[in-house]
Amino acid sequence: MARVHDIDMRGKAPALEARDLSVFYGEVEAVRRISLSIPSNRVVALIGPSGCGKSTLLRCFNRMNDMVRGARVDGEVLFHGQDLYDARIDPVEVRRRIGMVFQKPNPFPKSIFDNTAFGPRVNGFRGNLDGLVEDSLRRAALWEEVRDRLGESAYALSGGQQQRLCIARTLAVTPEIILMDEPASALDPIATSKIEDLIQELKKEYTIVIVTHNMQQAARISDYTAFLYMGELVEYGPTDLIFTNPEKARTEAYITGRFG
Amino acid sequence: MTEGRRHFHEELDALQERLIEMAGKVEELVRLAFDAFTTRDADLALQVRDRDSEVDEIEVEIDDRVIGLLALQQPMAVDLRQIVTSQKIANDLERAGDHAVSIAKSAFRLSSMPALPLPAELAEMSSIARGMLSDSLAAYVARDADRARQVLGTDDRVDDLHDAVFRLLLEGMAEEAEMIGPMLEYLRVSQNIERVGDLSTNIAEDVVFLVEGRTIKHGKGQEEGG
Repeated sequence: MARVHDIDMRGKAPALEARDLSVFYGEVEAVRRISLSIPSNRVVALIGPSGCGKSTLLRCFNRMNDMVRGARVDGEVLFHGQDLYDARIDPVEVRRRIGMVFQKPNPFPKSIFDNTAFGPRVNGFRGNLDGLVEDSLRRAALWEEVRDRLGESAYALSGGQQQRLCIARTLAVTPEIILMDEPASALDPIATSKIEDLIQELKKEYTIVIVTHNMQQAARISDYTAFLYMGELVEYGPTDLIFTNPEKARTEAYITGRFG
Repeated sequence: MTEGRRHFHEELDALQERLIEMAGKVEELVRLAFDAFTTRDADLALQVRDRDSEVDEIEVEIDDRVIGLLALQQPMAVDLRQIVTSQKIANDLERAGDHAVSIAKSAFRLSSMPALPLPAELAEMSSIARGMLSDSLAAYVARDADRARQVLGTDDRVDDLHDAVFRLLLEGMAEEAEMIGPMLEYLRVSQNIERVGDLSTNIAEDVVFLVEGRTIKHGKGQEEGG
């Protein structure tokens, strides 16, 4: 059984809650009956060796697995009391309210402005688009660097700037939760620390779930850490506890590098 | 599963070996200092003083290793606790070494003073405090939190004996003014032994933290059965 330490919800409902969640790729059970609650306005890190199911679990949180052929999801993911996998739920709306940032920055071959405005335009946004773009770029800590070159191609930006642009693009559709899949693994240390600082800023208004292979990064930025191994949740608790005194021998072995 | 971070764990093992070597030297210094005291052996006392520098050197080396491991290896969990604990234990050992030197200095001064019988209480507290030191270090090597907890229970006895020695010497000084010199030295020795007991307690507390990740200092963690 997984060891779940106290997760302080601070009197609020969880932002997301997985219940008995399993994911199958054909016959392979990539995620095995995982239950965990994601507290709102907190950063939760999912860690574990390659193939442990952490990215699969992350993708369940906004139905990205729907796009994977042969993938099947059992169990529930509750968001505002509703199961994301309920037949009446529109997966496009799910992905607007629960955004995702990927490992490799993936800006569109468009201008910086158009990248940021892409989601709102698709959604038929009728308000002040300039204001929304500026606000999103500010929240992503990119505005000062691009304010005079919004018409330039996004490809002219550095990797770190591109990643912050992708975050701005996610923020522009006003999500509540941001999922990040190794958002800094393709970036240099300076760009990485900017993303990490940004995550700390963003958690004031958003809930963040991040998959990372970099345990020091998980330790630096997250409030809670979940350790997965072979599709199972082994231990989930406050990050300081997981990294100083984990309860499970398997967690200890992984974070001290005794296996990997 | 594959074994990971071999180089790092070799470095951790090397840190531990140096700490155990340091512990052995300090135990030896405390023993020799007390022997020099009971036999008023000035030569032995000087040896203790000179050999303390070996302990100081290892402490500096352990500090360097600890800082290097923290900066370069980003240790986690039990590894992190081992590294932090090593530095604290090394610090306590270095101070225990200093107390051995203080005892040796008293022994050196006593060698030219009139003879004075050794109070049984002082001999007993020395034996208990040295036992605490070696038990706390054995608990460290064995990663045995229960054994470390036993050390904690012993310190009260050392404190009581120190109080008894103090009263005894105070009375003695009032009665025999010509013996004030050696009695003051006895008092100093008693204080230094009492400090060795305290430092052994610190080490034992660090062992519990190392093994269980739980702080039991200053009465903390006792209610959970500590």
